[in-house]
Amino acid sequence: MKHSTFIWFFSPTALAMLLFIAFPIVSVLVQSVHAPHKAVLIEVETCTPLVGCTKETSIDQEATRELREKKPIGRFIGLEIFTDRGHLAISEVKEIWSGSENFNEFFKKIGNLPFYRAMAFTLTFTFIVTPLVVIVGFLVALNVNALHERLKGVVVFFSLLPFVITPLIGALVLFWMIDSRGILGSAIQWIFADPNLSLKASTGLMWISLIVYGVWHAAPFAFVIFYAGLQTLPADQLEAAQIDGATRTQQVRYVVLPHLMPLVSFVALIQLMDNFRVFEPIVGFNADAHAQSLSWFIFNDLGGETRQFSSASATSVLTIIGVTILLLPVLRRTWRDFMEKST
Amino acid sequence: MTLASKRRSLSLRIIIYIFAALWLLIAAFPFVWTFWGSFKVELDFFSVANWTDALTGERTIAEYGQPFTDAGYEGAWIKEEFWRNVINTFIVCFFVVCTSLTIGTLGGYALSRSGYRYTLILLIAALIFRAMPPITLVSGYMLPFFEWNVWGILPTTIIVLVAINQPFTLWMLHSFFQNIPKELDESAKVDGCSQFKAFRLVIIPVMWPGVITTGLFSFLLAYNDFAITSMLLSEDNRTMVPQIAAFLGTTYTEGNVMFAVAAVVSAAAPLFILVMFFQRQIVSGLTAGAVKG
Repeated sequence: MKHSTFIWFFSPTALAMLLFIAFPIVSVLVQSVHAPHKAVLIEVETCTPLVGCTKETSIDQEATRELREKKPIGRFIGLEIFTDRGHLAISEVKEIWSGSENFNEFFKKIGNLPFYRAMAFTLTFTFIVTPLVVIVGFLVALNVNALHERLKGVVVFFSLLPFVITPLIGALVLFWMIDSRGILGSAIQWIFADPNLSLKASTGLMWISLIVYGVWHAAPFAFVIFYAGLQTLPADQLEAAQIDGATRTQQVRYVVLPHLMPLVSFVALIQLMDNFRVFEPIVGFNADAHAQSLSWFIFNDLGGETRQFSSASATSVLTIIGVTILLLPVLRRTWRDFMEKST
Repeated sequence: MTLASKRRSLSLRIIIYIFAALWLLIAAFPFVWTFWGSFKVELDFFSVANWTDALTGERTIAEYGQPFTDAGYEGAWIKEEFWRNVINTFIVCFFVVCTSLTIGTLGGYALSRSGYRYTLILLIAALIFRAMPPITLVSGYMLPFFEWNVWGILPTTIIVLVAINQPFTLWMLHSFFQNIPKELDESAKVDGCSQFKAFRLVIIPVMWPGVITTGLFSFLLAYNDFAITSMLLSEDNRTMVPQIAAFLGTTYTEGNVMFAVAAVVSAAAPLFILVMFFQRQIVSGLTAGAVKG
């Protein structure tokens, strides 16, 4: 295809992505180093005879508004927001570092800083849910593959539901069930014989509930991919293994698993990206007292009466950096694969 | 595989069926339960006294004389005017899917037919864009949208959702078009067609399976989005998902949780129908991405 034809075909989608993805990223970068203007103050000297002169400072409303209208982005403040207490909290971290005697204490204190707390939850969620999704998906795929033909379609249908459901709705459906008055909540109270047990009350239990939601939501995705992979498993390989006397576990370990390995890395990649942005379950579970993620942070800054664009932008930039670090190995592999193919 | 299935012992078969039943229960039971409970009163669905109340509907009978009531639906759809949000959602989804497929098809086709190195750069850029959590972009939108006075209306949200949809659409359609032999449109060009005419006459008639599959995923993205719609739509223009989130804030205090339950069931219903009719396409779409990836 000629360059000019390519441009004609590609320009609409390129324009959309440029204007609404690339440009906003630049806009976020710019906003993260700006803060709203301070009010313009003026000093007025009022002199009354006999009493003398007094100086008063007041806000010059006119000038403030003019300044805000002329330059809506605000004033340049450099990396101040990144280093403040709500984000990287550099000075607080230094203080804690010098004030702590061992690593345990250090991490405990760091955990009280909002950004690091959100980071801790986001990373814990990402790196627990992702492997669990792969494992559960693989087990279910192996299992469904062994079912009777007629049942398979039904199982696939019901399995797709948690995956296609709106994340917020899925989270709510589970949340209402684990409510202390809901069916699962009551069941858990009964099992542990503790009528006051509530998943909403403790941070640890809330984290577990969120992780359970994460696995419930994404395991069907892994299952469908692995299940499709199993259909392409060459039968002669399996038969050869059986003739050689391999047990069932050995067949899975040495024949099935290597065949599915490329799919495992695909699922893991998608899951890393999606779990890192965990957000809706925190809203649905009303869990922000116990668990905050980076995305929830941004959402919280942007919503409400006071829209804190600078703070939200700074968190966004840090999140984007995090995503890029997660993606680097994959990007390098894609690049290498393509280079090998083209040469 | 017949060899393997014949050798399966009885105990193993039992374990397999128990495990499958357990999985079905985990995947489907929450929906069944919520659907059933949405026709009860709050004190049945959230039962302090006895969990079987949610099945039999003790309180619902006491209040309405029958074990089922549509009070939640009436409250949500009529009193809270949820139908407005339903209409908004379908407007947004319709335009997102149409626009996204139109420009995505052109772009994906171009990527699949051009062998230059910049196609790879564009695809990798799309992959990076796909990885961006949409909410990180929202803080970039809001200030300009306020300035230009386009915040809060449906068209803005539609365009933003189309753009966010593009990376995925491009990857999907790119790999789909690569499976359509190049010789098809090459021969049309030899016969004197321009590239666009070749696309129109030769490719468009054979591209529908891939386009429909991609369209399903575009629809799901637009329908399921919460981050963008909740931040970019004003109160009057809300779609279903942000409206449900708004219900949560108000109904927990007013004791109208059943409105939210009814709204949740109403919003989930179209997705069930979608899976019922397009199960095959959804599965093939998911796996197409995996094979390429």
